[in-house]
Amino acid sequence: MAEAVASLPVTVIGGYLGAGKTTLVNRLLRQADGLRLAVLVNEFGELPIDADLIESRDENVINIAGGCVCCSYGSDLMAALINLLQVEPAPDHILIEASGVALPDAIAQSVGLIARYTVDGIVVLTDAETVLDDGTDRYLADTITRQLAAADIVLLNKVDLPMPDTLDETKRWLAEACGEARIVETENAAVSLSIVLGSRLGSAVAQAHHHNDMPHADHHAAILPVERPVDPDLLAQSLADPKHDLIRSKGFVRGMDGKIYTVQTVGRRRSVSVAAQPPAEIGRVVCIRRNDAIDLDGLADAVARNCV
Amino acid sequence: MTVIYPARRILTMNPSNPEASHVAVRGDRILGAGSLEELAGWGEYTLDNRFADKVLMPGLVEGHSHAQEGSMWRYVYCGYFDRTDPDGKVWPGLGSLEAVIERLQEKDAKMGAGEDPIGGWSLDPIYYGDVRMSRADMDRVSTARPVGVRHASGHIMNVNTRALDLAGLLREGINHPGVPLGDDGLPTGELKGPDAMELAAAHVGLDRKVMAADAWGLRQFGRLCVRQGVTTAADLANPLPPEAVEMMLHVTEEADFPVRIVSLRRFQGVTPRELIDRCLELREMSTDRLRMGLVKIHADGSIQGFTARLRWPGYYNGAPNGLWYATPEQMQEIYEGALENDLLVHTHTNGDEATALMLDTFERALHKVPRPDHRFTLQHCQMADAAQFRRMKKLGVCVNLFSNHHFYWGDQHYEKTVGPERAMRMNACATALREGVPLAIHSDAPVTPLGPLFTAWCAVNRLTPNGRVLGEAEKIGVEDALRTITLGAAYTLKLDHEVGSIEAGKRADFAVLEDDPTTIGGDALKDVRVWGTVQSGRVFAAEET
Repeated sequence: MAEAVASLPVTVIGGYLGAGKTTLVNRLLRQADGLRLAVLVNEFGELPIDADLIESRDENVINIAGGCVCCSYGSDLMAALINLLQVEPAPDHILIEASGVALPDAIAQSVGLIARYTVDGIVVLTDAETVLDDGTDRYLADTITRQLAAADIVLLNKVDLPMPDTLDETKRWLAEACGEARIVETENAAVSLSIVLGSRLGSAVAQAHHHNDMPHADHHAAILPVERPVDPDLLAQSLADPKHDLIRSKGFVRGMDGKIYTVQTVGRRRSVSVAAQPPAEIGRVVCIRRNDAIDLDGLADAVARNCV
Repeated sequence: MTVIYPARRILTMNPSNPEASHVAVRGDRILGAGSLEELAGWGEYTLDNRFADKVLMPGLVEGHSHAQEGSMWRYVYCGYFDRTDPDGKVWPGLGSLEAVIERLQEKDAKMGAGEDPIGGWSLDPIYYGDVRMSRADMDRVSTARPVGVRHASGHIMNVNTRALDLAGLLREGINHPGVPLGDDGLPTGELKGPDAMELAAAHVGLDRKVMAADAWGLRQFGRLCVRQGVTTAADLANPLPPEAVEMMLHVTEEADFPVRIVSLRRFQGVTPRELIDRCLELREMSTDRLRMGLVKIHADGSIQGFTARLRWPGYYNGAPNGLWYATPEQMQEIYEGALENDLLVHTHTNGDEATALMLDTFERALHKVPRPDHRFTLQHCQMADAAQFRRMKKLGVCVNLFSNHHFYWGDQHYEKTVGPERAMRMNACATALREGVPLAIHSDAPVTPLGPLFTAWCAVNRLTPNGRVLGEAEKIGVEDALRTITLGAAYTLKLDHEVGSIEAGKRADFAVLEDDPTTIGGDALKDVRVWGTVQSGRVFAAEET
């Protein structure tokens, strides 16, 4: 279990060419609302950032309204990540847009080499129209399936485009390929920031007042009370269990040893660490689910089993 | 002003006039090759007898090296094989890990007190049995200063504890396949792959940015070229940022810079469209001694790093297939843009699946944008089979094979990476020639040492470090090998009309040799002594550069 350090969360966004990575990045920037996002892209394409979001740009850096920034890293991601540590004030969340053939788990492992960063999650986009062809292509199949297998969250994008039968076949294939990753269907990469990034969940823990399930535009959110001391690892395991179908969860809980732990899950990914600073609210875990209401009773049962 | 050089023998590589006793030079070009009587007809001349007992060949052309070889001599040479530095000093190969440590300790002693870093290069622990170097070994060099040594493959680095600490890696809980951990839960000091290496590289002085734009290193590279008889060398994968281009233009213009550099712009950090636009700009900025505007694409990784893309049945030891470094869509867009604009593209493919992808993708591009005589070239292309060479021929694709690989890693390929059958067909020079594919062979310096005559020896003998002949059937003859390191390489760079043979109108570029490579015997080709070069009419003696 890692010692508590103030770390910067990093989300790796992977997926093959044309899956909608750049569109997703722009959607997230539009929802940033004060959250300072730093986006690292392999290269600035024709339109890496929507023109209306750009405040200024030079060869390698684009400054974006609201304190966000986008940098191109070429072949030197590690140098870009190190340089980012010098930026004042520090960004709240880093997004790495991987190149089309990159393996996002390899990028996530490299991010982990720099002590100041922690990987928040791996989000892989797929194009509902082409993923079946690409995923069975003689040259690309293993790369695409390795990308999907590495994902915590898969965005099945452009679901409005294929015929229903094809879409069903694609979904069956995808469920097989991405194992326990949570699959989120999107059109034109339209998705809430709180699904893709965990950064805002922490403040939600402090602010939320009621425990009932709350439907939002494209997801449900709820607070799971965990008031008694709990084994944080077992709790994380329950929260990540596919049967509860949570996309994300995050909260501060008291462990059996009396310490306060941060427990976080992104799809199947779990992380447990001693809380960096004493949080305002202990014993509440924010949960997010995509389509249906959150099974608070089922989760409460699981929590009860993990308490003393 | 005409100078006529008599020589013991002049091997012209000109099929109409294969041998001559004299060559006449006017300015930077060859007036003609023939007898003194024939050449005297051009008018007044000076007879220069300095090569009277030498053998002249066309200036050798290295079709795949990196000017970074020059910069590497800033660092401590730690290789297993003898290697000659730009001063002509032979650094003896190091036969044991102990010897490596000792050489680094000598460097430390010379540097005196302080915390300046020590960087080394060309380490190859596979020759030292099963021992793996650890940071404890490197700590014997110094605990005060950061120490790091890059392996010959370029894919691994060993560092000491101080360097690990500076890189932020001296901590528990690291989970990365390129950072093995010791029993204490801390990294052992072996760093594999670009990401892990990058974190420590700058701290031990092996900074990529320093090495990419280093005027001193480029001058050293020029001196190495003279020692090896090279008058034209490809610098095969340079990001060519504006500051590097400015430096290279400046250094290559110096009156005593002895080699023509062909620098290919590597596809990285830009879109295909931006790459094409940048290369069109670079083409306009080219000079005689710095040719730019060519494109380099990496399709896959390396065979010994298990990152090359192999077709079925894959790696002999069962390792999973390697990595793609570019998408087929990007490759096709670059090929089409290059064909439209008459830019030359060289594509790095190591595994046979990468070669197959290049050929498929290029065939589509060529159907869309037909261009005769495009000379797109496969670089390394180590595992291509006969059917792939036949496709290259049909598509007009050239190949530059990595003949030196057998001598350095042939036994690993046989035993571990691709297995006996495919190891024996690796770098199939004889098949390429038989199928009529334009052929070059290369060193990939600094991965292996610059030296086309040594590379020719590798292609002729196909010996491994353990003395195994790897693929008797793919050996080529001395004559073919010599044509390959002159006209062959020039052809793949679209320079065969300018260099690569000694004939009227071409650049006055000669390799000046003490021994005759056609009579010394194929097994001794690597021992041919190089006196120096003549480059665009300027004489460079290796001993005086």
